[in-house]
Amino acid sequence: MAIAQIDRTAKHIVLTVQDYSRFAYRAVLNLFSRPIYWVDFLLQAEIIGVGSAAIVLLAGFFTGAVLAVQSAATLAQFGATAVTGRFVSMTMIRELGPVLTGIMVSGRNASSMASELGSMVVTEQIDAMRALGVDPVRKLVTPRLVATVTMLFFLTIISDAFGILGGAGVTIFMNGQNGTQYFSEAYQYLHYPDILQGLVKPLFSGFIIASIGCFYGLRTTGGTQGVGRSTIQAVVSSSVLIIVVDLLLSQIMVATFNR
Amino acid sequence: MIDTSILTPYAPLPSTDPVLIFRKVSIAFDGPPVLEDITFSVGPHETRIVLGPAGVGKSVLLKLANGLHCPDSGSILLFGDDIVRTRESKMFALRKRTGMVFQEGALFDSLTVRDNVAYQLIQELVPDDEIDLRVHEALRFVGLEETFGFYPGSLSGGMRRRVAIARALIRHPELVLYDSPTGGLDPVTSTTIIELIMKQRDVYTTPSLLVTHRLQDAFTMCTHRFDTETNGMVRLPKGETDPNTTFLMLNEGRLIFDGSLHDLVHSKDPFVREFLD
Repeated sequence: MAIAQIDRTAKHIVLTVQDYSRFAYRAVLNLFSRPIYWVDFLLQAEIIGVGSAAIVLLAGFFTGAVLAVQSAATLAQFGATAVTGRFVSMTMIRELGPVLTGIMVSGRNASSMASELGSMVVTEQIDAMRALGVDPVRKLVTPRLVATVTMLFFLTIISDAFGILGGAGVTIFMNGQNGTQYFSEAYQYLHYPDILQGLVKPLFSGFIIASIGCFYGLRTTGGTQGVGRSTIQAVVSSSVLIIVVDLLLSQIMVATFNR
Repeated sequence: MIDTSILTPYAPLPSTDPVLIFRKVSIAFDGPPVLEDITFSVGPHETRIVLGPAGVGKSVLLKLANGLHCPDSGSILLFGDDIVRTRESKMFALRKRTGMVFQEGALFDSLTVRDNVAYQLIQELVPDDEIDLRVHEALRFVGLEETFGFYPGSLSGGMRRRVAIARALIRHPELVLYDSPTGGLDPVTSTTIIELIMKQRDVYTTPSLLVTHRLQDAFTMCTHRFDTETNGMVRLPKGETDPNTTFLMLNEGRLIFDGSLHDLVHSKDPFVREFLD
């Protein structure tokens, strides 16, 4: 009985991964043939990019501020509070900026994609779209995918910048340190591999958010309850996957650039 | 009343071959078969009415006809192409030749009635002026021209169904698939919709597959014709029925009846008798 259950679950997981791979492949492949729905891309870019800017900006700012508070307290024990800027900028750009932005955007947009497409499935709008001769993957998924990858890249830069500013605010106004020193430390010890590491991660995270959100949305079954289920699955899966992929990318990047 | 003068009648297919053929089609979804060994065809000017109780697989049958579901076995020929062996990417072009009216309309709720009706035309980058003209034309056909700029959320169930019909007919399809177009509607609205379907059948001679569980709608389709002079439906002389309107009946996933109204009412099949009674 237990073995049968394990067997069923394993098959289900393998089939889901297979379906997801084929789905993501189709979504990417659509970029190389016509029609490409650029208007939908711009609409989604606005929803995902402009719509998420405020939360990303705030999350980045306060994360940087908290980093400065915590690191200054620890560094003070070694008389090294002067390197707070370096610590904040490195951590924000290499790790926290991309990951936090990814998770924030995942919570906001993977859920919205899953629920929007899920609702369209249960009200037969997806079937209607297919019946009208329009490919839902091409029309709905590919523009979201491109828009999320593009906008997450820029949102991460915003998050990094505001994180460093948040750290500066704490360092200068709360810890009473020198602002020039903070920014000088933040800038001087930053190298291209660090920036590259921070800017490669959002490309993967953006792909994960959009593809997982749309995948679960389009697989919705079971009416409105199913929409809720798809939304949860999309947020949980994309958030976990963002962190797992972040670990893998960090390993690869650190090994490659030896930093 | 509905205006008939505006739509350009489309040229029907020159061929006499059936536009849709089902051969031994079976399908199941994680359980017992929903449809089993279904064989029938729809001729070039034929209207086939699919009857059967709720949950018997009528909507699945319609979705199979348009390639929205893939059968487990058997073959389906749509305009001569075997859609079971056709890739999804190739199906989109084929589906553009059909019109489908979904059970609840399935209108895109974030788009206006204009954009819903013109959905295909917008994707084909037809100029806006032409789109507006054709949408007005299609909406006039269903008697809802005033809803041009409305959102589906502000329409009643019957109006949504009529907009869905306008959307399905705007490109003058070669086959129309109606999924319970009168389900859940009041008798007056149902009659309006049946009249529209009848007009499409009699004025434009478009073949269709009509799913319903309402016997009165099915019988009205058979015993009436659309009169372009009075712009409404009129009863055929007593004893006459529309020769191109025939019936299919499903029960427990199987096709238990395929024939005319006369054959239907004289059927000895116990389920058919029970259904009719």
